[in-house]
Amino acid sequence: MSDIILPRRRLIAGAGGLVAALPLLSGCDAINDAPVTRKILSMGEEMNRASQRALTDRDALAREFGRADLSPIFRSNGTKLPPGAAYAGHAASGFADWRVKVTGLVAKPLALSMADIRAMPQRTQITRHDCVEGWSAIGEWTGVPLSRVLAAAGLKDRARYIVFRCADRIGDADYYESCDLVDALHPQTILAWALNREALPIANGAPLRLRIERQLGYKHAKYLTGIEAVASLDAIGAGKGGYWEDRIDYEWYAGI
Amino acid sequence: MVEPEPPVALPDAAPPTSVPVRVYRHRLPTRIWHWVNAATLLVLLMSGLMIFNAHPRLYWGQYGANPDHAWFAVGATPTTGFVRIGETRIETTGVLGRWTDGEGVEQTWAFPGWATIPTSYSLADGRRWHLFFAWILAVGLTLYMLWTAVGGHLRRDLHVRRAEWSPRHIWHDIKDHARLRFPKGEAAARYNILQKLSYIGVIFVLLPLMIFTGLTMSPGMGAAWPWLLDVFGGRQSARSIHFIAAWLLVAFFFVHIAMVLLAGPVNEIRSMVTGWFRLSPEKGE
Repeated sequence: MSDIILPRRRLIAGAGGLVAALPLLSGCDAINDAPVTRKILSMGEEMNRASQRALTDRDALAREFGRADLSPIFRSNGTKLPPGAAYAGHAASGFADWRVKVTGLVAKPLALSMADIRAMPQRTQITRHDCVEGWSAIGEWTGVPLSRVLAAAGLKDRARYIVFRCADRIGDADYYESCDLVDALHPQTILAWALNREALPIANGAPLRLRIERQLGYKHAKYLTGIEAVASLDAIGAGKGGYWEDRIDYEWYAGI
Repeated sequence: MVEPEPPVALPDAAPPTSVPVRVYRHRLPTRIWHWVNAATLLVLLMSGLMIFNAHPRLYWGQYGANPDHAWFAVGATPTTGFVRIGETRIETTGVLGRWTDGEGVEQTWAFPGWATIPTSYSLADGRRWHLFFAWILAVGLTLYMLWTAVGGHLRRDLHVRRAEWSPRHIWHDIKDHARLRFPKGEAAARYNILQKLSYIGVIFVLLPLMIFTGLTMSPGMGAAWPWLLDVFGGRQSARSIHFIAAWLLVAFFFVHIAMVLLAGPVNEIRSMVTGWFRLSPEKGE
């Protein structure tokens, strides 16, 4: 008898709790924090990722605008100035000694200077930056397509994700982010060193930042120091693939 | 599941006035969708207000951030909270922009904790709730729309007949509503013109508008379906329309509840639970 009642009770607690009564009760934050709730809610992220990947064109381009559409002031967010003497030294020398390491599951690891990056084929695009908070700004970006960099390094077959390492330390760790190969190899995914035809400002990620146009702003890693090809995200940070994903449970797939 | 068909016509002979006539008014799909949707919209509203709190400013056009002009903003001065619509500022201290939470701590988020999911600021969690329940809304609405079209609900109950479109008929119905004079007997079994227009407006206009303006805010969907940006005039316009349409749904909710209360809450709610509606020529419940 208890065999029948127990799962049913659990079902009622789970389903009933989730739908109606919860938000009305003062104890609703306990439900928000319950592991079962978080597990159910995170299905939404997976459904969004899977349906966008399955039902829409994986190579669809984000809208590109004209110069007349540029935001008069391009707002910055997150780190405005990475702390530490090392970064200050790089900034003082115009990032002459800055290196971006390409490592992990690649045939030929690279350490690219800013001159190396500017010598590669470039792409310029006027796109809309969408912050997870809700605001948008339109800017003109110039940089090397990430696909070119990965091709130069020789991506191995086992590589499934690209991890981005950054120089900006926030609290206990340097910022990091990651994406799958669909977005990594997308033609608008570039490592940008110019914003609105000027050298990338420090507040926007100098000397080099990621542009990953079909995802929200926190995916666009700034102050890039490393690009790492991996087979799994399990060993990156706490395993969710990004700084905010690991700390406050932002979605890893930020296409919505 | 076998469902009794709604009566096409009521019995010819007038029933004895002491015995109320019961009609099968709401079929099972309507009842299920109604209650699932009610809970879903509540979660979407409250989690949506949490997301709004992350950037309590609205713009028109493709872009919009702090340096740009916001047509609507909720904010705080060092001592007050306010809402600004265009150039008009309304002080809202205690409710919007500046309020005191359950622990007695003064907060300057736009919407207060009692109105948001979760109660204390978490954009990440608000988005988790919102983007999960958005699926329930979208899938439920799609199924319900298909059912209304195929199952005859649309043709039989929601379809506005030619005679009902006449301004005189509509004006008459408005006057009846304003005088709180509600249909009795047989007429109460059918939707009147204002009801039909409200339900059609919610099911076929407002709810789809919420879904499509929501999708327009997705950078992935903006790339996949760029026509969304053209239809709504940009991501920030879509965000503004999403916000306005949400409050139109709230307005519908309050009118809906008022009508249920005035028309006889027990009978009305019972009919949305069991399907059976009691036609009472005399007083309501």
